[in-house]
Amino acid sequence: MSHLHDGARGSSILHPSRRLLLTGSGALFAWAHMPKFAHAAGARDPRFVVIVLRGALDGLSAVAPIGDPDYAGLHGPIALSLAGDHAALPLDSFFALNPAMPVFARLYAAKQAAVIHAVATGYRERSHFDGQDVLESGMPKPGFVQSGWLNRALEAMPKGERVSLKGGLGVGPATPLVLRGNAPVVGWAPQTLPAAGDDLAMRVMDLYRQADPHLAKVMGEGLDIDKIAMREMGEDTKPKGGADSVAGMRQAAQGAAKLMAAPDGPRIAALAFDGWDTHANEGGATGRLAQLLSGLDGAFEEFEKALGPQWNETAIIAITEFGRTAKVNGTTGTDHGTGTVAFLAGGAIKGGHVLADWPGLRPEQLYENRDLKPTTDLRAVLKGLLAEQFGLSEAVLKDRVFPETGGVKPMRGLIS
Amino acid sequence: MAMNPDKAGFIALTRFGYGPRGDGDLTAAASDPRGFLKAELAQPGIALLAGPSLPRTPIALQTLFADQVAKKAERDRLEKEKADMAAAAAAAPPAMMQAVATASMEKPGMEKPGTASMEAPRPQDMMQMPQPQKPPPPPSPEQAVFKAEATARLRRAVESRAGFAERLVAFWSNYFCVSANKSQFARITVGAFEREAIRPHVLGRFSDMLFAVESHPSMLHYLDNAQSIGPQSKAGIKSKRGLNENLAREIMELHTLGVGGGYSQDDVTSLARVLTGWTSVGANGKEGEAGAFFFNADTHEPGAQTLLGKTFPQDGMQQGEAVLIELARRPATAHFIAAKFARHFIADQPSDALIHRLAGVFQDTDGDLKALTFALVDSDEAWNTPLAKMRSPYEFLIAVHRATDHVPEDAGQILGPLNVMGMPLWAPPGPNGFADSVGAWASPEGMKLRLDLVAQYTAKMKDPPNPSDLLDALCGGAASNETRQAVAHAESRQQGLALLLMSPELQRR
Repeated sequence: MSHLHDGARGSSILHPSRRLLLTGSGALFAWAHMPKFAHAAGARDPRFVVIVLRGALDGLSAVAPIGDPDYAGLHGPIALSLAGDHAALPLDSFFALNPAMPVFARLYAAKQAAVIHAVATGYRERSHFDGQDVLESGMPKPGFVQSGWLNRALEAMPKGERVSLKGGLGVGPATPLVLRGNAPVVGWAPQTLPAAGDDLAMRVMDLYRQADPHLAKVMGEGLDIDKIAMREMGEDTKPKGGADSVAGMRQAAQGAAKLMAAPDGPRIAALAFDGWDTHANEGGATGRLAQLLSGLDGAFEEFEKALGPQWNETAIIAITEFGRTAKVNGTTGTDHGTGTVAFLAGGAIKGGHVLADWPGLRPEQLYENRDLKPTTDLRAVLKGLLAEQFGLSEAVLKDRVFPETGGVKPMRGLIS
Repeated sequence: MAMNPDKAGFIALTRFGYGPRGDGDLTAAASDPRGFLKAELAQPGIALLAGPSLPRTPIALQTLFADQVAKKAERDRLEKEKADMAAAAAAAPPAMMQAVATASMEKPGMEKPGTASMEAPRPQDMMQMPQPQKPPPPPSPEQAVFKAEATARLRRAVESRAGFAERLVAFWSNYFCVSANKSQFARITVGAFEREAIRPHVLGRFSDMLFAVESHPSMLHYLDNAQSIGPQSKAGIKSKRGLNENLAREIMELHTLGVGGGYSQDDVTSLARVLTGWTSVGANGKEGEAGAFFFNADTHEPGAQTLLGKTFPQDGMQQGEAVLIELARRPATAHFIAAKFARHFIADQPSDALIHRLAGVFQDTDGDLKALTFALVDSDEAWNTPLAKMRSPYEFLIAVHRATDHVPEDAGQILGPLNVMGMPLWAPPGPNGFADSVGAWASPEGMKLRLDLVAQYTAKMKDPPNPSDLLDALCGGAASNETRQAVAHAESRQQGLALLLMSPELQRR
């Protein structure tokens, strides 16, 4: 008996959401205030994608504040401009998009894309690795890497909903931290190897169930998604490039989209694109950063194409750990900074605007005299998307998904 | 160490090495596991690696520079040829013009458009067909050197007795990583970087390794210091160029103090100024041997610098040396290294007691890495903590090759699978190296890839051994009953071997 008791207690610790449902009143109360969920049980079947741009994206080169009188001087030789061969694409009278992103510009014009500018997490140091941990864990400080906010959001969704039944999809050989945790996660990556036979797979699973339950869990998840991938993509899954190449970004997006479009596929996915740490020879309208941005742009296009009708219920957000210095450094690049941009795209996004409480770029307006000052908390954006896309309550968002963020209110009006 | 002797021997080979080879090493290790490990490290020069195909950094870089010059000359020649032809075409009669136009449209080695018949394969099919007409172009120098370096490293790891010295090399090489994906420069030097800056010091003094790493052309290039210029230096005043703080930040964050180690943005910028002038000689060899480290006084920021509350008044390069020695001696550095070392070899969450003990040894011995390593081997935790870490893809593939007695002839057999599994050799995603946690490697996609890979590997084995006998030779009494049963009941030798290679005994360390 005592063994059973321990087991039950263990599982309630691992799955607090189940405990919440069993206790009843809390969950019922939440339901009463979630009109979208009532709807979701019927026709609505929302999708959500998080793209993590690792290495710190220079927001001032991605979406340039052309209208700010200090911008051109600070960004110097790599500043974007509305004139010339590679003119930036105006988004409004103040901001212009890097010309490497024509797809995003088209989506923006169709009100299916938006930009959040001068945005950052709560992290104010300049370490990539701590910055990424904070960005992905959703915790107020570095050092918590047991689970990511997207996984905890998934865990907090009512059991039995489509979104929680299908779990999350981690793209790439390793699951990004943002999606790690207790809620079920499947993995997919472009593949060069012929699949092992079912009999061998079954025997290995048998061995793991007896000798190593943790390996049984992860292997089981890997084998499950593989079945859907084979059905949806056939043999067309050879890797075309790394996570920092244009072809690799496109392919990761296309694979994720095909899996998410399948009726039995996951509804939530996380991807990670590398290479944004542009300390030297960053380039502006062309060059290294522009190349990476065109990869991201390609990823948006692949999602739009492969999701088909499901695009209309999809929200995608691309986020990075922090921005870069406002002033170009001694080697025509930028060093680690603070405020930056987040890209939103998808048929579910209420787009067509750049949301920014613009802090200005004069020396005294910069954060610590060097970086774009953050005026919007990225967690407000993420909370807003989770609230409007999945109906998660503010209480769940501040207690479980982004702990200790009671003061950060979900941003409203991001979803149409 | 009152345990099944096979178990202790298995731990020695698995926790500290690349796994058993099944050639009697389990028995040898079982009788005195600690002595077995220390004996390997006691062999003179055990961590060094050299060979005729492994050039010194300057020599490797000179090959690259020469290749770049030759390629540029070839490009210029083609440009000129094209311009000449265009000029000739402008002067020629119309019939000839057409021929010139067609010729210039063709790419070398491709069939003329329009000659393919209806039955010709579609373009995507052609991509997959062998194309015997033309031999592949010779590899570029950076690819050739990279492959030679990789082959030497992989063979050493598979052939070594326990592989403990090689595990130490891999640990420190990942700690102080350079990524080959940065550029041709990085790709052609990354192997030499490990041989020159890491291997000589894995059992030596930390401050020596630190200096060797931060003054190596490969690191100076990877973290952009080679281009960083002091704004008040001779060159800085003349040009518009200036500081790049990338290396300075990572030295404090990743190489010494660690992120909570008590430094500020001002300290980072000060260190960036201290390190200006640390660069390497360019292709022209004006300042010395082309491709070698050199201190450029013209780009070094003059004057004293204050850092971590101390003033460093030295002139020139001595300033940087003094700062590195200071950083190596800080208690935060000892703690940071002890924690990483214990996390790598013992568990994702090593006990504070162990970290504290290792940090103490590091400090008391002024960063003697041999003393640090021996302290780990002598700890109780090394022998009574469960083997619950997950082998990284690299560690796993080396373990597989050792277990099946297969010394790779060519690095390609391992480099390809490493790329697929998300751990390309010497090409981590960032300067913090590859992840070192169970969660990072025991992923759904990662496990499925291991299974597919093992299925393919065992299916190709020409003369597969009896899997139960091999399990005995590798693990002896340390194998679990479940693994023993699963291997014994396999329907074929290949399947039995696949189960053995996928078993927790081979996956965990």
